[in-house]
Amino acid sequence: MKQFLTLTGAIAALISSRAVIAEYGLNMTKGVSTISGDIYNLHMMVFWVCFVIGVVVFGAMFYSIITHRKSKGVKAANFHDSTTVELIWTGIPILILIAMAIPASKVLIEAEVLDKADMTVKVTGHQWKWQYDYPEEGIGFMSNLAQSSRDAINLDDKPENYLLEVDKRLVLPVDTKVRFLITANDVIHAWWVPAFAVKQDANPGFINDAWVEVTEEGTYRGQCAELCGKDHGFMPIVVDVVSKDAFAAWVAEQKAEKAEAAASATKTWSEDELVANGESIYNANCSGCHQKDGSGIPGAFPAMTDSTIANGPASDHLDIVINGKGGMPAFKMLGDADLASVITYERRAFGNNGTVVQPSDVTSAR
Amino acid sequence: MSTISAVAAHDDHHGPEKGLLRWVKTTNHKDIGTLYLWFAFSMLLLGGAFAMGIRAELLHPGLQLMDPQFFNQLTTMHGLIMVFGAIMPAFVGLANWLIPMMVGAPDMALPRLNNWSFWVLPFAGAILLSTFFMEGGAPAFGWTFYAPLSTTFAPDSTDFFIFAIHLLGFSSIMGAINIIATVLNMKAPEMRLMDMPLFVWTWLITSFLLIGAMPVLAGAVTMMLTDRNFGTAFFDATGGGDPVMFQHIFWFFGHPEVYIMILPAFGVISHILPTFARKPLFGYASMVYATASIAFLSYIVWAHHMFLTGMPVAGELYFMYATMLIAVPTGVKVFNWVATIWKGSMTFETPMLWALSFVILFTIGGFSGLMLGIVPADIQYHDTYFVVAHFHYVLVTGALWGIIAAVFYWLPKWTGKMYNETLGKIHFWWAMISVNVVFFPQHFLGLAGMPRRIPDYSLQFADFNYISSIGGFAFGLSFVLFAYIVVDCIRNGKPADSRPWYSAKGLEWTLSSPAPYHSFNTPPTRAEILEESQHS
Repeated sequence: MKQFLTLTGAIAALISSRAVIAEYGLNMTKGVSTISGDIYNLHMMVFWVCFVIGVVVFGAMFYSIITHRKSKGVKAANFHDSTTVELIWTGIPILILIAMAIPASKVLIEAEVLDKADMTVKVTGHQWKWQYDYPEEGIGFMSNLAQSSRDAINLDDKPENYLLEVDKRLVLPVDTKVRFLITANDVIHAWWVPAFAVKQDANPGFINDAWVEVTEEGTYRGQCAELCGKDHGFMPIVVDVVSKDAFAAWVAEQKAEKAEAAASATKTWSEDELVANGESIYNANCSGCHQKDGSGIPGAFPAMTDSTIANGPASDHLDIVINGKGGMPAFKMLGDADLASVITYERRAFGNNGTVVQPSDVTSAR
Repeated sequence: MSTISAVAAHDDHHGPEKGLLRWVKTTNHKDIGTLYLWFAFSMLLLGGAFAMGIRAELLHPGLQLMDPQFFNQLTTMHGLIMVFGAIMPAFVGLANWLIPMMVGAPDMALPRLNNWSFWVLPFAGAILLSTFFMEGGAPAFGWTFYAPLSTTFAPDSTDFFIFAIHLLGFSSIMGAINIIATVLNMKAPEMRLMDMPLFVWTWLITSFLLIGAMPVLAGAVTMMLTDRNFGTAFFDATGGGDPVMFQHIFWFFGHPEVYIMILPAFGVISHILPTFARKPLFGYASMVYATASIAFLSYIVWAHHMFLTGMPVAGELYFMYATMLIAVPTGVKVFNWVATIWKGSMTFETPMLWALSFVILFTIGGFSGLMLGIVPADIQYHDTYFVVAHFHYVLVTGALWGIIAAVFYWLPKWTGKMYNETLGKIHFWWAMISVNVVFFPQHFLGLAGMPRRIPDYSLQFADFNYISSIGGFAFGLSFVLFAYIVVDCIRNGKPADSRPWYSAKGLEWTLSSPAPYHSFNTPPTRAEILEESQHS
């Protein structure tokens, strides 16, 4: 009873507190791609057709409800069959449907068929983050929920783009046909940016494709659209669409960063450096399952504290992080220095007493 | 003493057994119908409680009440309990109560099978619910349990979920066999197929859907079981399988399933509207043909749930056209209902209010269904709250509305007592307004881009989620009043006539209220059947 009262109290408190009000939308976005406007128009066309049918049918019903009532002394008619009427209201809907199917088929073929792309981005869904690779440019990175959103989950004061901000954004050039190759590493995800009118399932072991040509520079946000486990609601997508020049500059910058990271993987790091770097990588990549304090979730996700792996031989720890095991995904997409950092962090934090792992150990363990 | 009761029991051979064992051992269609209905109602309250938890978490942005894993367990169990525990058993309960009375039979054709198919359910439900208390928690992969989230990445309790689904499937298949056997073999010899009331027709067709679809579901969960435990790789690409194949198999069951849940409701509505419009059902034959067409089409449209899985364009076009085609027979049904009330002489007792609002609200769900069938637009709608709004309009204000309408309509026949009409109307308006406050704003949420199955959301979705949650609490509370009205009717209701709705037609109204333990000892004659026909 007492628990029930507490719960009722909690719910009443929740109802009475109005936290945050932000601008809301009522309708589908028109979007900024060459296709999204057509899809919006199609949506509105079908909506209005339904609206008009609804007005006619419900109008007839309400007219009947208001006038054909016993309290007004109306005597019931007795008709109950009419082949003509049945044929009419079978035929007219068929014609309406055909009229809707023609533009729908056109837009569909336009949206699905791409002759030639100007560039390609590979999108890989992970529990619960996105990986973006530019195979032609030779760059790639992970994109996690921003720490600012993660920290604000239990705060009243939420940042402006709460749950719609990432630590590293996808960058695309404007007015360019971009082909997305979409896949997943563990379970099914779906990559969705409403403004692009692109939503495509990311299936593990298979590659789907989608494409977009964005016509306006800007920042566009989306989310994973297929239930993919615990943090399905916490793997947003943020895309910066920039001018072609700015994109070229960005690519050059990414290549320079990549070279720098490769250089740092060959030097020997101090334990403090590794732990400091590892903590942020752990929070972004591992804490979703194993929890920020390393306690895990019994029965589903093993704890880091008192772990036989974190306190055991480094080779086992390297193997499970690089190659995965069962529900634990492989993290081979992370760089050597980052992997060494996160493994060291796991072995030294949470009261563990495992050995330090250097980037060179990761290189040889791959 | 014991001799006396033994004699009494012998004399009472054709009446119900005394004591609680009556309900365990019963083979009587009315007793079993009652068991089904109370079981379904308790599962409705439980599934509703899960929904209250979901709406409470979604009241404000942020995570206030639960962690995301538990939220996923709630959405999963809410869906499973409502579909397999509440809606389906409630319709089987209605079928048990009504079909023998409607076709002039003494009882169901296979009474012992009937007992078994009910008593499997509480155990299946208990197994399913027990997973909440297991290490790793209950299944958290959604009621559609897509692989590999439900295989490699699922908690250990998933094997219990699989076993529960198997048992629920057995129950449904046995129930369906029983209904087919009853309708085809036990109907009065003088009753022709095209004399049968629409509730009987819709259930007969639904039974064939059940027999076709449930074994496919059993196949899907069996493949999951072997993938999880015996090293097969049906749904695992690394072993040559395909996770999308799971979705094909699931939806080959899943799409007929949605019609399993709605066709009997169509039947119910087709009984109630003529009664309170005092006019025969319009287009009886076309209603039967439309139901059969919907059932047939339901088997060939399954992949419209999967437009974004990477289907070839030709496949998308085919499934779009086939899906749009369903609008035609469904439209025929709606038009026939409108024509039934047209120029009638209507009164608005509680069952009529539920039936009329069913027609309007179900049609709104049908419109959003048509919109979802348009593939390019579905790119934006898919897996958003637009879909959530759509299927709650067809399942809550469709299937559940049909069940509640049926309860009010036939309650006097079942209990021999009349429910409180004023309370019935208050309950209707309360539920009807609140259900729209819950689900209508979800259309806007979906169009504005809120994905389904998320425990927390960004700030632009806060307002409509708040409204939807408030409506949800009000709607949930309305079922307390519903329970009170039913219990009050059983305990304190005024005695009801054998034909409490003066204008009602149907063989069930020729029996006394409450209906005798064995419905028809002698089959009704041709003249009686025609006299009680809905469509003459």
